Order: sequence, then structure tokens, then C-alpha cells
Amino acid sequence: MNKKYLLPFISVLVMLLITTVLISGCGEVAEIGTGIAQAGGIITSSQADSITKSTKAIEKSQQELTSEQEYYVGRAVVASVLQTYKPLDRPQQNNYLNLLGQSLAIFSNCPETFGGYHFLLLDSDEINAFAAPGGLILVTRGMLRCCNNEDELAAVLAHEICHVELKHGLKAIKQGRMTEALTILAAESAKQLGSEELASLTENFEESVSDVVMTLTTSGYSRDQERDADAAAAQLLRRAGYPEAAMITMLRRMDERISDSGGHGFAKTHPSASSRIDSLRTTITNTQFVPDAVRQERFTAAMQTILAWY
Amino acid sequence: MKIKYFLALFVLTGSIALAASMSVQVQQSKVRVTPSQLGSAVDTIKYGDVVNVGELRNGWYEVTTINGKKGWVHESALSKKPVKMSAGTANTTTGVSSDEVALAGKGFNEQVENKLKADGTLDYTWVDRMKTYNVDPDQILAFRTQGHLEGGAK
Repeated sequence: MNKKYLLPFISVLVMLLITTVLISGCGEVAEIGTGIAQAGGIITSSQADSITKSTKAIEKSQQELTSEQEYYVGRAVVASVLQTYKPLDRPQQNNYLNLLGQSLAIFSNCPETFGGYHFLLLDSDEINAFAAPGGLILVTRGMLRCCNNEDELAAVLAHEICHVELKHGLKAIKQGRMTEALTILAAESAKQLGSEELASLTENFEESVSDVVMTLTTSGYSRDQERDADAAAAQLLRRAGYPEAAMITMLRRMDERISDSGGHGFAKTHPSASSRIDSLRTTITNTQFVPDAVRQERFTAAMQTILAWY
Repeated sequence: MKIKYFLALFVLTGSIALAASMSVQVQQSKVRVTPSQLGSAVDTIKYGDVVNVGELRNGWYEVTTINGKKGWVHESALSKKPVKMSAGTANTTTGVSSDEVALAGKGFNEQVENKLKADGTLDYTWVDRMKTYNVDPDQILAFRTQGHLEGGAK
């Protein structure tokens, strides 16, 4: 080859090699390695197969949960929460909630999840809201009562959507659960795994779901996670065209109601409204707003029957 | 001069690497004319479909589908890793592939959900009902226009 073309030729080769290495995962490297060892007569083809499979399994467990896995966790979390909280079977109200929620979710940094965002009212006086992984969001009647208009309900939903976007629910799963499953996988070769092992793995799944449910209903997210969800929610509201000040007015009203109710539900799992307002005030300067008349009217029309129960 | 040549090649090779394929990681999504959730759709893509991706702009990939349709898909709908299990890996003894076992180990698939349903551990009636609460983009557009929200970022 002419020397003139040698440098560019080598450059392209090097770049392509770098690109290939960057694209390749650990699993492929393992396959190449076992292939070489097998060809050299160091291990048998069956052993090579086992090593490759184990490497793949370990690699998978170290990855983040996929969008699909997150979906199945979220579904089980909602099914578990609904063992304690009764759904509010009101199609008109749930439709309005979904119209508002889904029109906000499209402005999230994670607008698409495996199964999409879906919202449901809960028949409970407790002031509470839950965001399950994957985008299933539950809001109680008690929480709805803290909202005087659509903009404030949008603030509640935006906060929950941001918990989904920031994957706070999944972070509640104890790291040990992942390694537990790995131990089962490492103990037996893939060929011997049958219904018994799958039962153990199902149990592991239930425990992971229980971690998330406990965090949502009892222990709560960390103060930092709540602050991050509030900051992201303010940004989401801004993008969607709602006044961020609605977060402040909603939190103030919630604070009053929580004092009246003796601090159950949301108060148990969230930092105080006043500390959340203080954090938000660093970015939200305007704390008052005049609700848009049309939005006010449609909120009242959709929700008045529920609000009138009090 | 040589450095410039090298840099040009680096950029060129980088562009080749960018023209990669990605997998759809959500049940269903739309390929849109503009990089916006409210943009009109030119094609529908489903879980496991592979698309060729080009430019990434503000969270949106320019893609070409297997039908040859070009448009934009939000990055949250796509994964760099293949999402569907490859065929032919199923174990003949148990009917369970190593990939399926690895997935079950992390939780989380339909097989495990079906087991919980069958055992009576969890009732998914309302979870399934929630999934039927769907709002189409036209309804969202009308809702936003009616509520004077069109001033928000698109």
C-alpha cells in the first residue's frame, strides 16, 4: 500500500476498532474468551457454554431494570397498594384525572414508559398519592381536597410523574434482592433450573415489590428525593404551561389540612410542606397566581361531586 | 495537515457509529413528523422492533423504521440493547431459557405475574382497568387549547 494512504487507512481501522469495543458488551467479550479457551483445548464446549450463560446472567442482573421489568414491578406495586386502599369507581372523574395527567406526562423527561402513564382515584380521606414504577399513579380523595383548581391538581400529578421519571420507586428495592437471585442462578447451571428455582425467584420478586410498597406507604422517600421530585415538577409545570406557583399554594393548603387530620398518610411519608416550600422558593419567585377561568370551571365540573362529599 | 485529516476521519467514523440501530422498549410508540409528543404520526412501532437511528435532538432520535418511514421518536422509547430474547435459547428440559431465568431473577416478567395471579396472591383487576384509561393526542391537544395552555413548550 502506498505510504500516503497508510495513515488514514490505519486511522479508520483504529476508529472502527474503538467503536466496536464501545458497542460490545461484557457478554460478547466473554464469548470470545471462552471461544479461544475452547479452541485451545483448555475447556470443553459444554463448560464454555455454561460460562457464557453465567456471564450473561450476571451481566443482566447488574444492568438497570429494563422498561419492561419496571412495568411488571409497577403493576404488582399497585395491586399491593390496592389491597389496603379502595379504588374510586367513578369513570368521569378518573377520565378527567387521566386527561390532565397524560397531558402533563408528555412534557416529562421520560414521556414514554413500557405501558404508559395511567391515573386512578382512591376512595380514601387520607391525604396521599402514590407513584408506582412505570407510570401507574394513585391519588386519594383526601389529596384531591387539597386542590382548589386544576393547576394545583396538576402540581400534585407533576410531583408524582417526576418520582416515576427519576425512578425513585425502583431505588427502594434493596440491592440484596438482586444478588439473592444471582446466588440461585450461580448455584445451579441453567439446564437444571426448573419450577422450584422459578418459585424462589418469584418469591424474590414479591420481596422486591414489598420494598417499594413499604417505601410508598410507610417509610417514604428520602428528603433529597422529594426535593428533586419537587424541582423537576416545577420544571414540568412550566413546560406544560401551568403556573409553578400552584405548587406553593397547594402545599400551603395541604399543610393546613394535614394539621387538621393529625398527620396521617402523606405527612408520614413526606417532609413537611413548609420545608418543601422553602426549597421551592429558591427557584419559584412568584408564589401567587390567578387560576384560569376555563380550567377552574372544568375542574369544578369534573370533581365537584367528589369534593361535595365532605 | 495530518491532524486535520485525522480529525475529519474521526468525525466520519463517529458518524458511522451513530448510524446505529436501537430497539423499541415500550409496548407501542409513534414515529412523529416533528420531535414532539403532539406531532402527527407517520408510523407505529412496537416492542422489540428495531429502528435505525440518526441525529439526537433534545431527547428525540431521528429514526428510520423497517417500513422505510422516517420521523422522530423520544429516546425514552428506545434502548441500545436488544430487548427481545433471541429464539432458540429455550432449554428443552424445563422450557425455560437462560435469558428468561435471568430476567425472572430480577423480577420481573409476565410469567411471574401469572404465577402471582394464579396463586391468588395479588388481584390485578384494577391494574388492568387502569390501563384502559387512555387519552389520545387529539384529546390532549383539545384539552390544552381549551385550557389556554398552548403557550407551554411543545
